[in-house]
Amino acid sequence: MQIIIVGCGNVGQTLTQQLSKEGHDITVIEEKSSVVQSVVNNLDVMGIVGNGASYSIMKDAGIETADLMIAVTDSDELNLLCCLIAKKAGNCHTIARVRNPVYNNEINFIKEELGLSMVINPEEAAASEAGRLLKLPSATKIETFARGRAELVRLVIDENSRLCDLALKDIPSDLKKQVIIAVVSRGNDVHIPDGNFILRAGDEITIFGSSKNTVSFFKKLGLPSAKVHSTMIIGGGETAYYLAMQLIALGIKVIIFDKDPVRCKELTDLLPQALIINGDGTDKDMLLEEGVTRTDSFVSLTNLDEENIMLSMYVKSINPKAKLITKVHRVTYGDIIGSLSIGSIIYPKNITADRIVQFVRGMSASKDSNIETLYKLNDDKVEALEFIVRNGSPVIGKPLSQMKIKKGVLIACINHYGEIISPSGDSVIRDRDSVIVVTTLAGLKDISDILEN
Amino acid sequence: MNYSMIRYILFRLFRVFGALLVLPFIVAIIYKEYDSAESFFMLILISSIVGYLGSFKKPKNTVIYAKEGFTITALAWIVVSMLGAVPFVVTGTIPNYIDACFETVSGFTTTGGSILTSVEQIEKSVQFWRTFTHWIGGMGVLVFLLAVVPMADGYSMHLMRAESPGPVVGKIVPKVKDTAKILYLIYFGITVLEIICLKISGLSLYEAATITFSTVGTGGFAVTNAGIGGYSTISQAVIIVFMALCGVNFTVYYFLINRKPKEAFAIDEVKYYFGTMAVAATLIAINIYRAGVLDSAGMCFHHALFAVTSIMTTTGFGTLDFDKWPEFSRVLLMGLACVGACAGSTGGGFKFSRALIIIRNARNELNFLVHPKAVKRVFMDGHTVEGTTVKSVSAYLGLYVITLIASVLLVSLDNFDYQTTVTSVIATLNNIGPGLGMIGPMGNYSEFSYFSKIVLMFDMLAGRLELLPIFIVMKPKTWRR
Repeated sequence: MQIIIVGCGNVGQTLTQQLSKEGHDITVIEEKSSVVQSVVNNLDVMGIVGNGASYSIMKDAGIETADLMIAVTDSDELNLLCCLIAKKAGNCHTIARVRNPVYNNEINFIKEELGLSMVINPEEAAASEAGRLLKLPSATKIETFARGRAELVRLVIDENSRLCDLALKDIPSDLKKQVIIAVVSRGNDVHIPDGNFILRAGDEITIFGSSKNTVSFFKKLGLPSAKVHSTMIIGGGETAYYLAMQLIALGIKVIIFDKDPVRCKELTDLLPQALIINGDGTDKDMLLEEGVTRTDSFVSLTNLDEENIMLSMYVKSINPKAKLITKVHRVTYGDIIGSLSIGSIIYPKNITADRIVQFVRGMSASKDSNIETLYKLNDDKVEALEFIVRNGSPVIGKPLSQMKIKKGVLIACINHYGEIISPSGDSVIRDRDSVIVVTTLAGLKDISDILEN
Repeated sequence: MNYSMIRYILFRLFRVFGALLVLPFIVAIIYKEYDSAESFFMLILISSIVGYLGSFKKPKNTVIYAKEGFTITALAWIVVSMLGAVPFVVTGTIPNYIDACFETVSGFTTTGGSILTSVEQIEKSVQFWRTFTHWIGGMGVLVFLLAVVPMADGYSMHLMRAESPGPVVGKIVPKVKDTAKILYLIYFGITVLEIICLKISGLSLYEAATITFSTVGTGGFAVTNAGIGGYSTISQAVIIVFMALCGVNFTVYYFLINRKPKEAFAIDEVKYYFGTMAVAATLIAINIYRAGVLDSAGMCFHHALFAVTSIMTTTGFGTLDFDKWPEFSRVLLMGLACVGACAGSTGGGFKFSRALIIIRNARNELNFLVHPKAVKRVFMDGHTVEGTTVKSVSAYLGLYVITLIASVLLVSLDNFDYQTTVTSVIATLNNIGPGLGMIGPMGNYSEFSYFSKIVLMFDMLAGRLELLPIFIVMKPKTWRR
């Protein structure tokens, strides 16, 4: 597909990288020439220096023949204007990043009237991710597949776990039957394990299964499976607002800390049920006073990565049972931050980029591939893809054990008319099923790509 | 340095090289030159096998940076030249390997200067290979590799940038592979068109093809001793048109094909290129008419235009011996030789866009003397030129002049006359071919010593790759881990 990306900040660059790797023809428009230079040097894309909302620049970028325009500059208004112009000039699909909550409340109107195909709000997306984690606090990451019927859940194995020092084939069948352990990450290495793989303390495993089964898997492991009762949020930005909205709706007690008295007043108006505290979240005494040692969960959402990480490390030391969620903007140090083991890390920029990539995949699905959804796991090293199996596919009707499946590919889940099957060697894929595949190989386009030629 | 990636791409090139040799092999079969056919066949076999073995293992780390891009490009051209010389030696056309290398480098770099005193006794298949090197070298070996070999990472742009001529090398479509394909398709289209036109104008198919390869690559190897002088005026006119077309930035054709004439004609250098061509041809025509070189004014203009186009596009074909023309014409032609063709064309030389940037920057500097506080930028094609581009063009000019002077000094050891010594370097560094004196349109490079031939080979490669790649390879720091 021919895609134009306006704005080449972190999200823009992540998107450009991902989409060009997937073989799309990409033109990037950005005002800073040094940024364009570096993107063009490192990726096989075309760069244009200029303002994306300008019609002539859009024309240079080939808007007339483009299939999709994605506006991810810093400014909401510019993004919307880009979409409007792209729509009028090229009649293509448009995606805008809009983060101001004022627009967010009337986003459906804007979407409808400007003919946008998708609107992404990074703060809201990050908040939903954090919200999901607070619903199942033992997990470090949760994603949904098959319209919410299947789930991907990540958790860390500790020394006392029943799974510790156990080979996968020796796992008791009551645990193994319901879910599939698809990915194990140990330090910087990511494995797609086979039966002889032995799990160790500190491994982070990713399991697939139906939502019901993942919860019961947690129960059987003796991990808490109920949602948290109270949460402390440091930093009262937009993400905090969206998160608090969700949590309050679930009946969770919310405390928000913010330094800025004006913002605190605003939040009090917006969230009357939450307790808003005007104070520096890094003030130890104040945190202790407000009961940081007793809270179920702790979410650091300030604008400084360092501060968020420090806070989480501090809370881990005084309240090791609390569920920790840390927001980090800088994507590049993921490995190091991951090794600190401070619970769940959310990268708003990656979340935004992932959502858009999913949309693009869906768009091209109707064109040349059968991918329904895609998730990147473990710093892009592993992909989880949901394929629709079409009539005549070579995978239909054969038990899995009789197929020659490529190395580095694992079938994690089969969705047969809404019934989620965790596959074993005898499982059979049928026509019209959707299959979730976990793989370290990039660029699978169809379910038949999992087979050795 | 990513050595395994350098190795991988170079051996891929061996395979491409083997594939390219199939054409002269077919020609040898058609003309029943079985000895040459056998040599070509062996070469195809050897280079394919070596290529397959060497590129069998794909490197794990495929990341290359500008440094590797430049190095690979320079090494690729050296390797290809050394391989390309083998057919000449094996078939006995040019028994000496250094001479053969000179001929091949001259071919691939589209210089067209020959060490052969007579080209008519060469076997047809070898002659075909000789002119075909022009065709390959014109658009570039690596661009060809990029167009046909799937290399799905963004780093291939470094290769394209190192090989393509011009101060700023951009893509015309988002993907390098597609850009390379489009360029080669346009190139192929022009080639086919010229073969047809020449065939209609009365040449045999074989002659039409070989002359076309020399023209579109802006090379200049002729297949008869009389050069282009032996053909009809109409054939010569066809050649003028196609030489001129191939000296134009190929982006223009892409715009024209996509029905964007406005963008196509907005490119400054193309306007100046055709303007200079017309003015210079007129001046030379008047000059030679008054000197009584030819009786008819029309023929004077025809031959003046041919010489100007031939030199400006750095092709180097000759109809008349311009070495015998009045001094003004000779000097003007050598001056045009240094400017060369447009960026993004198959021609060589300093390039019009660079000259424009240098002149406009100089004009700004003069302006600063009058208005010391004025803010001025260099404009081209209706856009401002980045400061870094202006700087790199100035540096390029410096490097170009230094290379020129140093080479003249080295060649002067042969103790030839001044104009032969100087123009031999001008003609090779700008990939033209003929110069003045001993190496005039009717002369050749056979008299030079082996040392000078090596210096001139270096100049040809440096000129074709626009200096930087060749210099980077020679810098010891590049190779340090």
